[in-house]
Amino acid sequence: MLPMIFILPIVQLMLLVYAATLEMKNINLFVVDNDMSPTSSKLINKFSGSPFFNLNQSSFSLKEAEVSLIKNKADIILYIPENFEKKLFRENKSKIQLLINAINGTKAGLANAYAVSIISDYNKNVITENVNFPTNIKMPDIRVIYSYWYNPELNYKIFMLPGILVILVTIIGMFLSALNLVREKEMGTIEQINVTPIKKYQFIAGKLIPFWCIAMFELGFGLTIGKIVFHIPMLGNLFVLFGFTSVYLLVVLGLGLLLSTLAGTQQQVMFLAFFFLIVFILMSGIFTPTESMPQWAQYLNRINPFYYFMRVIRMILLKGSGFIDILTEFVSLCIYAIIVLSLAVWRYRKVA
Amino acid sequence: MAEKIIQVKNLVKKFGHFIANDHLTFDVYKSEIFGFLGANGAGKTTAMKILCGLSSPTSGEINIAGFDVYTETDLIKKNIGYMSQKFSLYEDLTIEENITFYAGIYGLSMKQIKEKMDVLLSKLDLQDSRKKLIASLPLGWRQKLAFSIAIFHDPKIVFLDEPTSGVDPITRRQFWDLIYEATHHGITCFVTTHYMDEAEYCDRISIMVDGRIEALDTPDKLKEQFQAENMNDVFVKLTRN
Amino acid sequence: MKRFWGFVIKEFYHIFRDKRTMLILFGMPIAQILLFGYVITNEIRNIKIAVYDKSKDEITRKIMQKILSSGYFIFEKEIHSEDEIKKTFKRGIVKEVIVFDEDFSRKLERNKTASIHLIADASDANTANLIVNYTNAIIRDFQSKEISKQIMPFQIIPEVRMLYNENLKGAFMFVPGTMALILMLISAMMTSISITREKEFNTMETLLVSPLKPIQIIIGKVTPYIALSFVNAITIIVLGSLVFDVPVKGSLVLLLAETILFITMALSLGIMISTVAKTQQVAMFISMFALMLPTMLLSGFIFPIENMPVVLQVISNIVPPRWFIIIVKNIMLKGTGFNYIWKETLIIAGLTCIFIFISVKRFKTRLE
Repeated sequence: MLPMIFILPIVQLMLLVYAATLEMKNINLFVVDNDMSPTSSKLINKFSGSPFFNLNQSSFSLKEAEVSLIKNKADIILYIPENFEKKLFRENKSKIQLLINAINGTKAGLANAYAVSIISDYNKNVITENVNFPTNIKMPDIRVIYSYWYNPELNYKIFMLPGILVILVTIIGMFLSALNLVREKEMGTIEQINVTPIKKYQFIAGKLIPFWCIAMFELGFGLTIGKIVFHIPMLGNLFVLFGFTSVYLLVVLGLGLLLSTLAGTQQQVMFLAFFFLIVFILMSGIFTPTESMPQWAQYLNRINPFYYFMRVIRMILLKGSGFIDILTEFVSLCIYAIIVLSLAVWRYRKVA
Repeated sequence: MAEKIIQVKNLVKKFGHFIANDHLTFDVYKSEIFGFLGANGAGKTTAMKILCGLSSPTSGEINIAGFDVYTETDLIKKNIGYMSQKFSLYEDLTIEENITFYAGIYGLSMKQIKEKMDVLLSKLDLQDSRKKLIASLPLGWRQKLAFSIAIFHDPKIVFLDEPTSGVDPITRRQFWDLIYEATHHGITCFVTTHYMDEAEYCDRISIMVDGRIEALDTPDKLKEQFQAENMNDVFVKLTRN
Repeated sequence: MKRFWGFVIKEFYHIFRDKRTMLILFGMPIAQILLFGYVITNEIRNIKIAVYDKSKDEITRKIMQKILSSGYFIFEKEIHSEDEIKKTFKRGIVKEVIVFDEDFSRKLERNKTASIHLIADASDANTANLIVNYTNAIIRDFQSKEISKQIMPFQIIPEVRMLYNENLKGAFMFVPGTMALILMLISAMMTSISITREKEFNTMETLLVSPLKPIQIIIGKVTPYIALSFVNAITIIVLGSLVFDVPVKGSLVLLLAETILFITMALSLGIMISTVAKTQQVAMFISMFALMLPTMLLSGFIFPIENMPVVLQVISNIVPPRWFIIIVKNIMLKGTGFNYIWKETLIIAGLTCIFIFISVKRFKTRLE
């Protein structure tokens, strides 16, 4: 039990945060240049200067490129046919081909976007170099500037760490507490306790409070690791975060209690919890945006405690949101806590 | 002279430096009830496991039902039955299913199984319960059933490891009736037990102390030898020394 | 042989009578397909945005119309000051704010240049990147169609072909991964639990005394799960095909053969775990952390391996699902033959042999 409290968070945080990156860099570009003209070479140079692409393969044979694509050594093929330059200057337009491995749809989409924008930038250069515009006639150009607030470098670790903390705190709050309660049932010591003068609610409180404390400690411990190792920002008020977490834990402990009344053995608890945990964690927006989920999933998320916590922890840590900003989530969670705890205690009285 | 069904000569079992069985030598005769007694940790279970083929001896000659324990383990397994201490019927299977399963493992055909099962169930008065899960049977019934299944395939020897633990006296009596019946059919019963009064039911008893056999004889002769009124006293006197 | 079948039939009884196991066995694949097919997606939809339009003229309205009609974004509110941007983000109301320069149309006509500022809430880093790129692409498209109406010379026209997955469906990534995940889960976890359950019921000893050979016991325990895993694998392929149009371009026979190999590997892994774990709980714990987590994270299922730190990339080499996913993707989505997947197949076969070897050794030593 004890080693778990310390080892689990460290392992989870280290492993998960480093592994769970959705950055799309290191896209392997295979160049097939059958033109070998100054224009084509300059275009290829533009690609090699880009931080997104790795130009590590080239050949004169398209077949070879395709084989490389099948073997997953290349992600995208840039094919410049013969007479590319000639056609460009004689006929005013010339085609090149981009063959993209689209099995990972998002990666392909981004690779496409990056490639097309590099080509179009280069195109502008070609035009300005070769066409003499009178100085008072210029191309109207919409300049698009973009900024990424709260995470300018798109550091995925900053994004993932709070999510992992949520999982950690929840596993302890829900999973371990449920296991503990069921173990008493299994061992038969529950009957022993039921005979004593201790009241049911005192027993429940006595069982759950230690886990509440441990979970809060885990949050602190995890945040410390996050600060020291990953330098995550902590813009918001930590008291607000801990305050929110204390209510969240009430919900989660309540769910753990409820779970313990449904299962007879520790093994059953593990199965049930495992099943539901995976579903709810994935739906909470830890990896993928909740807005993109279908309507029914979004409705389901209203009773998914992870969803609330995930939103709030990111908001407080990364954006510096204050209590007012998270008021809606806070209230929802309070209501949820009251319902779950009442349900759990009621059921516990009936069953145990 | 009765036929020897188990022959053990200088059986030694060591776990590292610890000697669990120290040069055991004894024989068991066909159709007898042989009681294997001793305190916890004396080495009874270790020795019994070796006789069943569950573990190998460090040294010694052992012959079970005419087969050598080192080279003919497969043949031994086909000819013995076993009832473990910690109980071994599947609780989530029915009586019928348990019987069919174990009988099948010992190579009986479906026809044979069906015939013998009907006989067994009517003898134990369980025909109406044949499709009930074991979990629903009380402990005493389970023990009797487990024994019957252990001898279902008519083995030459049946090994019983503390078969009557936790069972009420009436059921214990009924259980021993089953054991007597088995010996009448020619099955040798090798029993370990804690209950000293049960020792009286055996034909011969051996008592192990600290890995060695310190006494081996019929209950009456032992009582005489140790000037004791019952087996309990014999045991106490022996282990005190 | 007869003894063996009696044993296998008993194992089936155990499985079908345990409601929780049934839930995991059949409920899990369906839940996973639903989850990974519909819910977990890197695609962008219904993203709430806000607009801070300092000009409010025709062109800015046209641009906004185009952005909103793309289907990716939903208009949530108008913003009237810099402060409001901060507040809106802090409340988590929108994920992107689009800011138009003052006098947009006039600037564009006179100075030939005007700016649009895209501000994305990058606390959700991945989505932010996609949002900005999509918005940018829409604006560029507007520019080339509406503004640069002249026909420009020297047009380099890129023809883009999306191979294997023309519609960029998320499901194509996930179906192979889900197969690997589920097969690992069922084969490894269930096997380890079933064997340790035997230990807990203390029936293992009785089995060992019987004429059944240890190897028969292991194989007997494992056979029902081969059957069930196989049924599950086929279900996933069928569901993937019917619901998500994920094709099986290559040889179905080859796919099924590789699946059986993978199942065998996972089962042998499960057996190995069972020789180490004393109780069902421990078996399950090990299965979860040593199997599930690496499968989800390090197999290339969701997160691309090439972007992970080198240490993790090395570890992922011994995560068998990684190789299986490559095999499945190659056969199903690229339609390749065995010549492209022999290396991965060899790796899985090798791992299987190692697991079996270790299991048999440990099993024997425990008997001593």
